[in-house]
Amino acid sequence: MMGQGGVYIQRWTKVSVASTSCLVGLVVVLAFGPYFLGPYLTERLTNLFIYVILAAMWNALAGYGGLVSVGQQTFFGLAAYAAIRLSFWGVSVYPALILSTVLVGLVSVPLSVFVLRLRGGEFAIGMWVIAELTHLLVNLDGLINGETGVSLIALNAYPPEARLAYDYWMALGAMTVLVGLTFLLLRSNTGAAIQAIRDDEDAAASVGVRVLASKRLIFVLSATGCAAAGALWIATLISFQPKTYFSVQWSAYMIFMALVGGLGTFEGPILGAILFFLIETLFGGIGVWYLIGLGATALAFALFLPRGVWGALEDRFGIRLMPVGLRLRFPADAAPRRNTDAAAP
Amino acid sequence: MIWVNQILQGVLLGGYYAMLACGLSLMFGVMRIINLAHGSLAVVAAYLVWVVANRLHFSPFLGLALVLPCMALAGWLLQRLVFERSLGAGELVPLLSTFGLAVVLDNSMFQTFGADSRSLAPNIGDLAWNSWGVTSQIYVGQLPLLTFVVAVALLGGLHLFLLRTPMGRSVRATTEDPDTAELVGIDTRKVYGFAAAASLVAVGFAGTFLAMRAAFDPYAGPAQLIFAFEAIVIGGTGSLWGTLVGGVVLGVAQNLGAQVSPQGFLVAGHAAFLAVLALRFFAGGRGLRSLLRIPRRPAA
Repeated sequence: MMGQGGVYIQRWTKVSVASTSCLVGLVVVLAFGPYFLGPYLTERLTNLFIYVILAAMWNALAGYGGLVSVGQQTFFGLAAYAAIRLSFWGVSVYPALILSTVLVGLVSVPLSVFVLRLRGGEFAIGMWVIAELTHLLVNLDGLINGETGVSLIALNAYPPEARLAYDYWMALGAMTVLVGLTFLLLRSNTGAAIQAIRDDEDAAASVGVRVLASKRLIFVLSATGCAAAGALWIATLISFQPKTYFSVQWSAYMIFMALVGGLGTFEGPILGAILFFLIETLFGGIGVWYLIGLGATALAFALFLPRGVWGALEDRFGIRLMPVGLRLRFPADAAPRRNTDAAAP
Repeated sequence: MIWVNQILQGVLLGGYYAMLACGLSLMFGVMRIINLAHGSLAVVAAYLVWVVANRLHFSPFLGLALVLPCMALAGWLLQRLVFERSLGAGELVPLLSTFGLAVVLDNSMFQTFGADSRSLAPNIGDLAWNSWGVTSQIYVGQLPLLTFVVAVALLGGLHLFLLRTPMGRSVRATTEDPDTAELVGIDTRKVYGFAAAASLVAVGFAGTFLAMRAAFDPYAGPAQLIFAFEAIVIGGTGSLWGTLVGGVVLGVAQNLGAQVSPQGFLVAGHAAFLAVLALRFFAGGRGLRSLLRIPRRPAA
């Protein structure tokens, strides 16, 4: 699109065309993963996909929507619980996992009416209270046996190798769909609206952005994504203990991944999830020190590098692997090296 | 009669919640920061007093006197190292940094003190369980009453301080509008440092009473943060005496819930909080009306 004086707006750059094609290629290759990866890697990659979902969903809410939630474990735990409930009622187990995700997504719609009136820290702790309350209410169901928990025994009907492969495909599929949806959402008008709200809610409202509707969309997407992650988690773990599923630890992990990777960037949380995955694989065994390290790293990034690793790279080199934003191009001779992305805050 | 007693115990419990909440409320009022490490800091204070009481064999009250200056210093450092960086950086940074801090504190305490529950109850002798019977079914525990009185004294002291002293005036001016406060010669950096220190002194009190009235463990912090926050929101954000009202409402709801079922304590507390929020949103009210409001800073 050419404008005055040769200035034009560009969505796709050569880099982003190349990287997006690589990414699509990678997903296609990964789809055949269970045939060549072996059981250990299949299982580990399933975990990684779940982390990517969590990081991307938390980032959608906080990085793009400006809503810091310490209670996304509500949806994570609720979906796992719903899967057990549905399976107990006789729904076949894999459809139950999908159905529970959808149901939790639906539950988040009326919930959004309530919590989206909260702002800033009120929203953060309000969501936390919702998570605590949901945990307590789930415990009231006799099926769960209180904190002892229960297992999704219907999964035992499948041979272990088949289960690994199914879990892997479901996780890969869910990740692709959810990250893809986020991508499309951010490129749509709503995406621009959501980022305008994050930067200044009142100003956005004053230029006619439908604040509540846009926030609701991103909230429901994020809730559904976290629900999918919860359903996948119980598919891999089989056992359900309310305490672990509704733990605020999940929020800590999500914050860590999104923050370290790059809050408010599209690629950042994916990088953050990979980093978290590697750190967990290397240091997860050392227990409490590992958690102290995660907290300290999140604290340091929040204070000194709030746009994370990817944000720092992006600001420095102006690269965008995924064409989420638009960039303003000047004629070659006058090209400023500054980052002129329309989406940059 | 048993219900009357439950309500009375709830009111006294509300004193503890008000004590817990007033530091959080002060920090939110002055700096617009919700400190997600608030509950964890209270547990840190509880452990500090516990260490003083059990290693040096001091009375917990002397321990509290020793720990308070440390808490004030910690608050000042927190302001200089963490909040100052995040004040200008939007809403996200203070939330994320204080959450990171909470994770560090909780797990560090676990690393240092292990998973065992601790309590200061053995250190305060009869005070832990003595009570005055009003009737055969209604009684007033000495410790809950002391907690309530200290909470009221703390809130009253803070109130008088904000109203009557030059520093209090600076705090109120900064709360109203930091830029204008700077214009008339107030050192807002000093004010923020002071507010953070005062907030953590209140946290020191809350931590000590937490340790005396119940058992605590390294991961008790998040629950305390939630209680404090609920008390503030129920009472109407930004009001000191409202915090007391909020604490009492929360405490009464929890005790009534506990009377109904064992799980009812927490469920009823959270439900009361959500009900008040819903009331505020949908009835256009502003929570339970507060007796005195600290003026808030208008939304920037």
